[in-house]
Amino acid sequence: MTQHQDRQPGRLERGGVIDRGQPLEFTVDGTRLTGYAGDTLASALVGEGRLRVGDSIYRGRPRGVLSAGVEEPNAFVRVNGDTDESMLPATTLELRDGLDVTLLDGIGVLDPRADTHEYDKMHVHTDVAVIGSGPAGLAAAREAAAGGARVMLFEQDFELGGSLLADPSAIVAGQSALDHVAAAAAELEAAPEVTVLTRTSVFGSYDTNYLVALEKRDESAPRRDGVSRQRVWHVTAGRVVLAVGAFERPIVFSDNDVPGVMLASAVKTYVERWAALPGRDVVVFTTNDSAYETAHSLLRAGAGVTVVDARPEDTAAGSAQEAARQAGLTVHTASAVVGIEGVDHVTGAWVARLDDDGQIAGEPHLVGGDLVAVSGGWTPNVSLHSQRQGKLAWDDALAGFVPSAPVHGQLVAGAGNGTYATDDCVTEGARAGRSAALAVGFPAPGHDGTPVVPESADVRGARQHRAAGTVRQVWAVPAPDGSLDTHFVDPHRDNTAADVLRATGAGLRSVEHVKRYTSIGTGIDQGKTSGVNTMGLLTQLLSGHDVKAIPAGQPGQDPEGTTASGQPASRPTPGEIGTTTFRAPFTPVAFTALAGRGRGVLFDAARTSPAHPWHVAHGALFEDVGQWKRPWYYPKDGEDMDAAVARECRAAREGVAFMDATTLGKIEIRGADAPEFLNRVYTNPFLKVPVGKGRYGVMCTASGMVMDDGVTLRLADDRFFMTTTTGGAANVLDWLEEWSQTEWPELDVTFTSVTEQWSTVAVVGPRSREVIAAMAPDLDVSKEGFGFMEFRETTLASGIDARICRITFSGELAFEINVPSWYGLAVWEDVAAAGAHLDITPYGTETMHVLRAEKAFPIVGQDTDGTVTPHDLGMDWIVSTKKEFIGKRSFSTSALCAPGRKQLVSVLPVDHSLRLPEGSQIVEASALGDYTGEGLPAAPIPMLGFVTSSYHSQALGRSFALALVKDGPTRVGQRLVASFRGEFVEVEVAEPVLYDKEGARRDG
Amino acid sequence: MMVINCPFCGPRNEPEYTYGGQAHVAYPESPDQLTDDEWGQYLFYRDNPRGTHAERWRHSAGCRKWFNVIRTTHTYVISAVYPISEMRPDGSATGFATQEAGS
Repeated sequence: MTQHQDRQPGRLERGGVIDRGQPLEFTVDGTRLTGYAGDTLASALVGEGRLRVGDSIYRGRPRGVLSAGVEEPNAFVRVNGDTDESMLPATTLELRDGLDVTLLDGIGVLDPRADTHEYDKMHVHTDVAVIGSGPAGLAAAREAAAGGARVMLFEQDFELGGSLLADPSAIVAGQSALDHVAAAAAELEAAPEVTVLTRTSVFGSYDTNYLVALEKRDESAPRRDGVSRQRVWHVTAGRVVLAVGAFERPIVFSDNDVPGVMLASAVKTYVERWAALPGRDVVVFTTNDSAYETAHSLLRAGAGVTVVDARPEDTAAGSAQEAARQAGLTVHTASAVVGIEGVDHVTGAWVARLDDDGQIAGEPHLVGGDLVAVSGGWTPNVSLHSQRQGKLAWDDALAGFVPSAPVHGQLVAGAGNGTYATDDCVTEGARAGRSAALAVGFPAPGHDGTPVVPESADVRGARQHRAAGTVRQVWAVPAPDGSLDTHFVDPHRDNTAADVLRATGAGLRSVEHVKRYTSIGTGIDQGKTSGVNTMGLLTQLLSGHDVKAIPAGQPGQDPEGTTASGQPASRPTPGEIGTTTFRAPFTPVAFTALAGRGRGVLFDAARTSPAHPWHVAHGALFEDVGQWKRPWYYPKDGEDMDAAVARECRAAREGVAFMDATTLGKIEIRGADAPEFLNRVYTNPFLKVPVGKGRYGVMCTASGMVMDDGVTLRLADDRFFMTTTTGGAANVLDWLEEWSQTEWPELDVTFTSVTEQWSTVAVVGPRSREVIAAMAPDLDVSKEGFGFMEFRETTLASGIDARICRITFSGELAFEINVPSWYGLAVWEDVAAAGAHLDITPYGTETMHVLRAEKAFPIVGQDTDGTVTPHDLGMDWIVSTKKEFIGKRSFSTSALCAPGRKQLVSVLPVDHSLRLPEGSQIVEASALGDYTGEGLPAAPIPMLGFVTSSYHSQALGRSFALALVKDGPTRVGQRLVASFRGEFVEVEVAEPVLYDKEGARRDG
Repeated sequence: MMVINCPFCGPRNEPEYTYGGQAHVAYPESPDQLTDDEWGQYLFYRDNPRGTHAERWRHSAGCRKWFNVIRTTHTYVISAVYPISEMRPDGSATGFATQEAGS
């Protein structure tokens, strides 16, 4: 043990919440170092006497550890491993044995290697969520749990205790701080309804107390299969207690980024929590009382301390200054650090007196030292409060934005509320916890149920101000040479006071604009240390009149943005400038964590039909239709898509082919009023469809636009079997249920999705009858015995019960065999066997599209786009003029009756080998003017329409297309021009149906 | 994330529901009797208040039932949940938004 201590020059001999019996080896940029269990990487570095981290991102300036928490703007590292992880703050990275890191210069690189860890999501409800486990949070959780409420306590650190960990000499509720934390932790651990999550940062807060948190699980534990590395918690809470603490602000002065300039509270935390001494000869530069605790900590640790206090001399007995002087410290009052000696590390600080206007008064003198601990005041951590649009008010005495009223269903306690005294934090936390539990129905035992009376804002403010003492608002300390170029405001983004000055010089006034012009606050730390300092600088650079010109309404903008006199002040307050908008995430979250297990095949559900393995085995390529994987085409050796589709088309038109139609949506509709219901939904009549027959139907939206189509079979008087498009099934079910429940509840009808229950094989082609005859020996498949649009229930040769329909989507003689999904693969294979001697050919969606396009059967969603009526498709015949149905009134509106509607026609390229790209624009030849083929014709060119489907046809021996063209039917025979990719080609307009216009092939 | 109290299943998270637009906009009794403007009102015009709004929701990933909700549009606070067949419990005027169309 002694050996390890010897190797850690910055480590104190005793103290700290670390386990000296458990030394941990780690590597930084190839150098092996040692720390202890309980260290962060940053505290281990400080223990090793290393404050220096990577350089700054743009200016390449040496940088050091600034903070001890999530606000860190400098100390970013890459953790090297199976997958490197970049831009982790050393100040929050838990030390573990073998940790191997590389210091980064303010920027990282995403590792292209796949992250093989598992990540999970959790979804929970809780009565009370307490965020933060400092004195306020612990008190809140204990009180909330007392009455039996479900309580979740979130702590981003790996230890509970928050600021108490850095305050071991404090006495809390009669115990030492660490004993108090241990007792609270044990009590919460034992409480059955309490969940304590450490290493868990609540990074997002949304409506109705919906919180999102990232839990980083202990990485020093051995990696085990099935145990995720991180979990994203989705929490819905009855009440939320924000006990999230505050951030200390740096001070903006010349060379304030030299390694060795550190937040005073961070110095104290390193000394007290980790027994790591960042410097032996320290200048404490402060604008308030809080840094004096740091001075005393340093003194106890054996360091030399000089205090530079921006405030005037305070000789009152009991003042912080007086106490410091009595402890033997030199205190320079009304003074500031105006510059730093040293480049790679601090060797001294230039100190000068400040006059009442904040200007340098007198010659600066050099105070030697290796560390400058700074405190520019405190900023309550209002991120989660503000994400919910919680209101803020600038408290000039506290020099910070403080929540002026909690968000509905939330309570704020402790330093996040501007309450900085530990005892007050405990009191506020306990009150918040009690109040939260009571509000969700879990009063503490013995409580009479009367609401907890909140402290009035005035009483609270007075108490806070008393505890905090006075703060001098110092937003920028002048440099002796007048320069602002190394006055760093946001060290992470390398932005200085000079950059803020440039922004206001360019005319920017709003803090939101200044943020974007400079990039202050846009880094990983999201401006946790730079935000209020930027607003403070703006108060020095802008006049009250400038601020009046900023549009109101931004979050944090004080609506009473004037002084008491009602006149704009010569200098605005930060309250008048307002904050920038706080957004999630509060701390960074990796995309892998948000994705959870939803990666790879689990990214999106894939639906496959029972015959899918056969399609895969037979070389099908697949097309995504909704979530379905549908066979696209089945190339044989060496075939490209065109060759395969041509072969499949010929088989369907000349012999026999089969297609997996399982993906069609299927809905069973039952009830005495089912016929009446369908009659109101479809544009064509459905009351008199006979049992045993089907009918093709089109349904429209109320605005008369085609929504879906398909064949519906009547299984019984009160029972129908509807098919829908593959992609529209869920939508149609929603649609039917909506009308049933909301408009026609008096109709007796119910709907059940049976898409997954039935498997369908389409057998298509002039020889399909032979295949069906072999499959279903009991069935009369003759033309006379099995009419078009009829269906039969039968038992197949295999013994499987089937429903066979005579339906065609190709114009050929065709049958569809429906069987329960269990038998889908078997029946598909049986069809393949039954048709083998006829060379039965499997075909996919591409061939299906070609065959139906030759017959001008539209595909909803391809040939329609939500602006197309049945009439536009040339389907006037399907729209009843006698009955009422959804959307009927729209067809008589002037808009739908006016000429100029785009309507479905065929367009035939004059060049028979040319296949037009779908989406090609159709224009008049005359619209091209005197275009000669060079470049592009003069715009605008009025558009007549566009190509919706385009293929090569084996049956026609040429290319063809379907298109929606203005007044298309009146243009049949016209020559128009199709435009695509800068080309213009001649096409001829034709009737939509190009193949077998008489429908002679339908019956075989 | 809203928590919506389904009248049939109890409180559930918002992703289980789908939004159905303004409530109490009935399909006209006799569409043929309406002018084009009136039909257009039914089809396309809806209220967009800052304040309470009666709207339809459906528990699509649960019981699949439609119901009505009174929601405050700028706070997302839901003050009432009631059956699809009932009138607005707060007695406010219902029906589709004729006033916007005229202005």
